Amino acid sequence: MSRAPEHLSEGLAQRPARGVVVGESLPHESAAGHVTGTALYTDDLVGRTPGCLHAHPVQVPVAHARVTAMRVDPAYDVPGVVRVLTAADVPGVNDAGIKHDEPLFGDEVMFHGHAVAWVLGETLEAARRGALAVEVDVEELPALVSIHDAIEAGSFQGGQPTLARGDVETALAEATHVFSGETEMAGQEHFYLETHCSLALVDEAGQMFVQSSTQHPTETQEIVAHVLGIASHEVTVQCLRMGGGFGGKEMQPHGYAAVAALGARLTGRPVRVRLTRSQDMTMTGKRHGFHAAWRAGFDDDARLVALDATLTSDGGWSLDLSEPVLARALCHVDNAYWIPHVRVNGRVARTHKTSQTAFRGFGGPQGMLVVEDVLGRCAPRLGVPAQVVRERNFYADGQDTPYGQPVKQPERLHRAWTTLSSEADLDARRAEVAAFNAAHPHAKRGLATTPVKFGISFNLTAFNQAGALVHVYKDGSVLVNHGGTEMGQGLHTKMLQVAATALGVPLSRVRLAPTRTDKVPNTSATAASSGADLNGAAVRDACEQITARLLEVDPDGSMSWEDRVRTAYMSRVQLFAAGFYKTEGLHWDSSIMRGEPFKYFAYGVAAAEVEVDGFTGGYRTRRVDVVHDVGASLSPLVDVGQIEGGYVQGAGWLTLEDLRWDEGDGPGRGRLLTQAASTYKLPSLSEMPEDFRVTLLPDASEDGAVYGGKAVGEPPLMLAFATREALREAVAAFGPDDEGPGPGVDLASPATPEAVWWAIERARAGGDDRLVVGGAGATGTEPPQPDGPAYRPESERLAQQ
Amino acid sequence: MDAPDVTVNGRAVPFAGATPHTTALDWLRGLGLTGAKEGCAEGECGACSVMVARPGVDSPTEWTALNACLMPAAQLAGQEVVTAEGLADGDVLHPVQAEMAARGGSQCGYCTPGFVCSMAAEFYRPGRVPTSSTTEEAGEDDADHECGPNGFDLHALSGNLCRCTGYRPIREAAYAVGQADDADPLTARTRQHPPATTYAEVSADGARFVRPADLPALLDLLAEEPDAVLVAGSTDHGVEVNLRGARPPLTVAVDRLDELRGFTLADDHVELGAALTLTEIERRLAGRLPLIGQMTAQFASRLIRNGATLGGNLGTGSPIGDAAPALLALEAEVVLASAAGDRTVRLADYFTGYRTSVREPGEVIRAVRIPLPARGLTAFHKIAKRRFDDISSVAVGFALDLEDGVVTAARIGLGGVAATPIRARATETALEGRAWNADTVAAAADVLGGEGTPLDDHRASAAYRAAMLRTSLLKLHAEHPGTSERATA
Repeated sequence: MSRAPEHLSEGLAQRPARGVVVGESLPHESAAGHVTGTALYTDDLVGRTPGCLHAHPVQVPVAHARVTAMRVDPAYDVPGVVRVLTAADVPGVNDAGIKHDEPLFGDEVMFHGHAVAWVLGETLEAARRGALAVEVDVEELPALVSIHDAIEAGSFQGGQPTLARGDVETALAEATHVFSGETEMAGQEHFYLETHCSLALVDEAGQMFVQSSTQHPTETQEIVAHVLGIASHEVTVQCLRMGGGFGGKEMQPHGYAAVAALGARLTGRPVRVRLTRSQDMTMTGKRHGFHAAWRAGFDDDARLVALDATLTSDGGWSLDLSEPVLARALCHVDNAYWIPHVRVNGRVARTHKTSQTAFRGFGGPQGMLVVEDVLGRCAPRLGVPAQVVRERNFYADGQDTPYGQPVKQPERLHRAWTTLSSEADLDARRAEVAAFNAAHPHAKRGLATTPVKFGISFNLTAFNQAGALVHVYKDGSVLVNHGGTEMGQGLHTKMLQVAATALGVPLSRVRLAPTRTDKVPNTSATAASSGADLNGAAVRDACEQITARLLEVDPDGSMSWEDRVRTAYMSRVQLFAAGFYKTEGLHWDSSIMRGEPFKYFAYGVAAAEVEVDGFTGGYRTRRVDVVHDVGASLSPLVDVGQIEGGYVQGAGWLTLEDLRWDEGDGPGRGRLLTQAASTYKLPSLSEMPEDFRVTLLPDASEDGAVYGGKAVGEPPLMLAFATREALREAVAAFGPDDEGPGPGVDLASPATPEAVWWAIERARAGGDDRLVVGGAGATGTEPPQPDGPAYRPESERLAQQ
Repeated sequence: MDAPDVTVNGRAVPFAGATPHTTALDWLRGLGLTGAKEGCAEGECGACSVMVARPGVDSPTEWTALNACLMPAAQLAGQEVVTAEGLADGDVLHPVQAEMAARGGSQCGYCTPGFVCSMAAEFYRPGRVPTSSTTEEAGEDDADHECGPNGFDLHALSGNLCRCTGYRPIREAAYAVGQADDADPLTARTRQHPPATTYAEVSADGARFVRPADLPALLDLLAEEPDAVLVAGSTDHGVEVNLRGARPPLTVAVDRLDELRGFTLADDHVELGAALTLTEIERRLAGRLPLIGQMTAQFASRLIRNGATLGGNLGTGSPIGDAAPALLALEAEVVLASAAGDRTVRLADYFTGYRTSVREPGEVIRAVRIPLPARGLTAFHKIAKRRFDDISSVAVGFALDLEDGVVTAARIGLGGVAATPIRARATETALEGRAWNADTVAAAADVLGGEGTPLDDHRASAAYRAAMLRTSLLKLHAEHPGTSERATA
């Protein structure tokens, strides 16, 4: 393999003429390890770590209380207990976050199951028994459990930003139709199959070495360092791979890593912290549930003219990532639609629950659900089919988002919509659905189409940077390090393809090393779908530095790769390079919620067909078609996998997964009732779309991203709105069969079979009675207008994303 | 300690290092076989799935996928187990591994070894033969089977969860595997006798696990220690151990006692051994007693059904177990064995309260007896959030005889609406002797909606449960409007 000078491509998106490995459809780089059970995860290392201690939390089963006394001595009476860790043991800062509102060992119980101490034992069983023996006295305090409790009590935390454009009041007054309503959506448990896990030891050089299932090794490193009161260079964090992350391991792993590290420091032995499923579910954050109050105005043509909404997220007990999640929700309330006059307020409720956190989409899904709910509920009142209302409101060229960013490539949305319509044969199938519904009184089908527009980049400009370290050894083999973590999304597969392409070598010559903070420092979280864009560009930068140097010894590219490398070494040419990348052209002012925070938008459209059983509310997803814009795919098998998996995970959030907390006043108040796989149901094979067809939008190379590929991790999750809207259509079909404007359907989220059944009952009784309908001149019911500052100056992570 | 070696991936491994409460999963991982993972520790996610050589229905031995997280390690003593690490032949992937890898069946990979084991067990199932049915046709199937063109029953994977892929490539991989090669050592193994089960005993930490050699030995043991916990599939007990810290002093394995594993098909009854697994019952009945077939198909997942037994389901006495509503409708009897001999109790009289029954200390459930002929119109309605592997919020078993348009007999069993499974006797009365028509059904449905005392919980509201009782009868009538459904079996 050789590489001529012209193959040093100019633009970021440009692919070389030869030796292009990006774009090939390849299995996951660890697929063979996965299927043979030999791919290692953090907890698989315990057996390879002699003398390892096991940690178990002391969880307090009340929702809110002050700890008045704690007696740890009884734990030491349990055989095998080695050490109990409490706040008094922390040499540095007793905090698991970086906003300093998350004590690692608190003196106040802030949610049911909050851990106030950890017990280390020779076996997990000893640690478990030891934890049971620790005596904790508490003075119970009032607890706010539901988001409604918090709103009523005025319990909020963090900034209260407003995103506004135009004149909402005037636009509503002039609108032909004004509707007011509320939309509520549940949160979602990540349910990564691998629960949180960290393994810490003091290594032979005296540094703290922490293996952690973390999406953000750098931040894990920083928190371990500040808890231990040492510098970052004394801590190395490695992440081999994660058994799923989905955002749940962006902020949440740090405290567990710190507990393991503290235990290792105090005992001199390796310490393993691995949460059981119920510990993970009761202690770690989830997707934020949201409440939205809104009013929307439409003109004669069913065009949205104004949207006024107040979004309140349920942040749980501490801020964590709630502010940036909220910011992204506000930035996505438009989804794919041009809304001339907008006012969207946001606030974060503080409740006595787990501290809610990042989850695939990061507030985007919650913001978008609001506008999709508005359209889905209002379309029947407008007498226009929902898919027509949606298409009519799509962004067009030259329009800006409410926060002032020009909407790039809106034609892709239209192209995807048209492609979907023909490939999914939508017109004919709508007729089939109508015929089926006419013939079946007890079963109804629904077919719905929804779009996605999702902004790519971290909102906070500073996070849009990445590093890589590429070594070429004398034998021509290549070792790639980069700052991103592998959680199943195929990032490492893509990075291997990028490196092979940029160096012009076969894939077999390139190997990837596990992600470590001592190889590539100061990394951003592998999050915001940005992993491949950022790290890929950094890997490519490193590879191209090396390629350029190799040209010195082989200007016409006549040598084999191995000869060129050997010659370069003998000529004292540097065969390794650090790569760096920062996304150009971004700016964002979180105090006024304006700027151009996103490099580009990812687009997608989906059509879903469901069948609902009128006796039970149960349903099946008969078919889903997707056309999605991944740019010029770096790795099609990986990208299709992200699209399908994102869709099903989104459908799980919207239709099945049901987080329930005990909101009663009994002793279990605040307890998570669905804290196990047997009570919290995620999609299984039976929820998979029975016929699932994914098309990658052709001719879609993205100028602003490495080798033209677009981010794909998060956007497809929101394609699942199609399933929710199809359920709404099917439910409506149980209602009176009138021509013209209908009453619409108010569907709960998640739309579980029970929720669907109650919606059917309401449809049979006349439809959505919670939508307030106003004609011309009416301005609807104004949502509450929060008056807090847009951000809190004391916050270190203000409107980070 | 008296426990024979375990054959793990073809090699004999001394059984050591486990307490009576150590799970098979932890024991295997302790051997360095970390392919099987803990995802939930309650048999819901299947990340811990391994294959165990068990007595077969269609061949002497079958590779049976089981949740290693639920099984006490001691239950493996003397047995043969294969993990994901044991399937490949050197660098050559096993066919199910190759298909999973090539088709994008793994993303994060954490659930994958479990999927591979569940898939391999189905790969080796002796009855698996290619069908002509397409996947589209399979999609129209009822809950019983959804088979690929290669005869792969997708329900084999109903106890495995994946959070990454959305399942489509996993289904594709499952439907792409070919037939097992006769020369494959794991195929060859199925033609031999299953491993013998002999007396075993494990003691540690003040607790004991015993596998008695036969029923008299079991009864002797129970006479001495009536509080012993009996386990067959350990699908309930394993959850108690893992999630709720249960550490009983004596655990007794009854899963392989011949006296509890009988299967009798007589003219006037069927007798199902209490330690037959639900999978064995499903396959041995082979379509006879459709109500049982419908129930077993919706009972948890294949991984659970491969271990779970009727004895366990009735023995724990859970009001939301799925077997009881079906068996109540079939007027089943429970055969209880003790040192004094057998006695037979009608299931309708068996439950006495929340998780309590007439079973005396020292008694074991030996078998369940179902009278024949069964009634002509039977159905099992399970209301749950998820179609595969969920716990009922309401379950209804129907068994009706219709003659010339009249309901001549009605037996209805209910689960999830009271402290015990119950018969819907008022509804039965409202149906019997009346015409099987919309009016009767509407009136009886209202009665059914008032049966029991449903509760509000995280699975469903009381109002929904009551509504589902009501609509279950409406649905039954809508699906079976015919006027003559007489006993045939």
